Amino acid sequence: MDIARLVELNAAYARVIDTEQFEEWPKLFHDPCLYKLTTAENVERGLEGGLIYADTRGMLEDRVSSLRKVNIYERQRYRHIVGLPVVLGQQNGTAEVETPFLIVRIMREGDMDVFATGCYRDKVKPDASGALRFSERIVICDGRRFDTLVAIPF
Amino acid sequence: MDIRHDEGLKEPVSNGIWPEESLARVPYWVYQDEANYKREMERLFEAATWNFVCLEADIPNKGDYRTNHVGIMPVIAVRAADGSINCFENRCSHRGALIAFDDGGNVGNQFRCVYHSWSYDLSGNLRGIAFERGINGVGGMPKDFCRDDFSPRKLRTTTLAGLVFATLSPDTPPIEEYIGAEVLGRLKRVLNRPIRVMGRFVQPLPNNWKLYVENVKDTYHASILHTFLTTFRISRLTQGGGVLVSADGGSHSSYTIAVPEGANANAYKEQQIRSDQDGKFELADPSVLDSVEEFGDHIQLQILSVFPGFILQQIHNCLAVRHVVPRGVGKMDLVWTYFGFADDTPEMNRRRLKQQNLVGPAGFISMEDGCIGGFVQRGTAAAADEVSVIEMGGSTTESQATRATEASVRGFWKAYRRYMGY
Repeated sequence: MDIARLVELNAAYARVIDTEQFEEWPKLFHDPCLYKLTTAENVERGLEGGLIYADTRGMLEDRVSSLRKVNIYERQRYRHIVGLPVVLGQQNGTAEVETPFLIVRIMREGDMDVFATGCYRDKVKPDASGALRFSERIVICDGRRFDTLVAIPF
Repeated sequence: MDIRHDEGLKEPVSNGIWPEESLARVPYWVYQDEANYKREMERLFEAATWNFVCLEADIPNKGDYRTNHVGIMPVIAVRAADGSINCFENRCSHRGALIAFDDGGNVGNQFRCVYHSWSYDLSGNLRGIAFERGINGVGGMPKDFCRDDFSPRKLRTTTLAGLVFATLSPDTPPIEEYIGAEVLGRLKRVLNRPIRVMGRFVQPLPNNWKLYVENVKDTYHASILHTFLTTFRISRLTQGGGVLVSADGGSHSSYTIAVPEGANANAYKEQQIRSDQDGKFELADPSVLDSVEEFGDHIQLQILSVFPGFILQQIHNCLAVRHVVPRGVGKMDLVWTYFGFADDTPEMNRRRLKQQNLVGPAGFISMEDGCIGGFVQRGTAAAADEVSVIEMGGSTTESQATRATEASVRGFWKAYRRYMGY
């Protein structure tokens, strides 16, 4: 799979979150899909639970509408710094890809703190129009501490 | 030269004087005062309280251990050869280093401090001292040194329905008595068979530990702050339910029963409560709420606490243990352990994975609890001698058949003041 296209997909992913176009975020996934936010420790120990677990695009959309309309939290946004993707394998048009990330959280009062680092472990394949989309994105955080709350997806 | 050790140490704001002789008033210095925080370690956590240390499922085999904190004291819980569980301070009696510096694992027959290789058996007894007799008769420890006098502090342990608790005091009553029969029944209702851990996360919170414990006990806020609960009728004050408070006030269990609201159905609309979003917010994929009756009693939500810092949660089929660990006067860690049962079917496992979206740091329901304690901590910065008003449902602490009450919050303060001598 063309690395440049994967880089483009990741850049689009980071941009829709960091510029708060959250409604665009589910569109980067196939339906059904799997999006899970967890830690390296849980993955190593074979613990399946996640902070966020969505297996349909509808569940991703519900995350967005909940963070827009339902949940209460102090104003904040993210800045993703996404590294280069490594293709771990390919099968039947689906690529297994791993990409490191760093997320800085910018709080209302102006603090800019490293909120999370980790890697995305993805399964990526084109949709009917040929655009690359995630059939799976497992967000594996390096640490296990999530300060205060996680409103916006990683 | 005089070396001052007390520089920067603030004078205590108060010595435990409550501004009004009522459980319905709590002064804000309790969340801010450094001296009070130190006093809590001595009088609560290291006194006659039962503190959660691990799950039995964490340490099934001989030599399995897990580290945790009792207040600020680091502790080790370990499975001994006879199957019992021992707990002792995680501090080498030589120079004070951590004896174990990982979350857990298996140590075989003994712990060995990495600093100077002093070793401890699975009961926490000092057993070995490297080069105890020196080299070629030179050096080493004095001949009259008695190892038995130098072991880390030992805690008494007890197990209850797969939970392991520890206490530093010989006077702590048996755990069943400590929790009280009513709340104990609710704990056993959920923990009725072997569990399996599904995930662990830590949520550092920018507030004093008591603000989170109060939040857990606060049945009044839940369906007002948490829109998700209200909108999807997971818990509304107008649904059936209530709160059980132990006689000493320390333990509680609140619950919501899955029955229609009847005549009260419009109460949230009439009160214009923000969390009532009925009709304005719908889930694209409601499978997150696809739950089954699991305990045969129509209780769809149960939040239970054991003084000072243990919480057991059942929201539909989403089960978790939460442990409150103080990290300084204005900071704490909330340690989440999601679990299911060992005999879960694949369908039940998937249901739990989906419902875990409801809780934790990113929980549709519990997210707000992550920030609300910090809002109080910041809001009261200049109000040490002011008081909060905790008077919903009166000023007593007995069990009530409604959740429009702050009875269990007052229960917390009843227990707190007794332990602290306030």
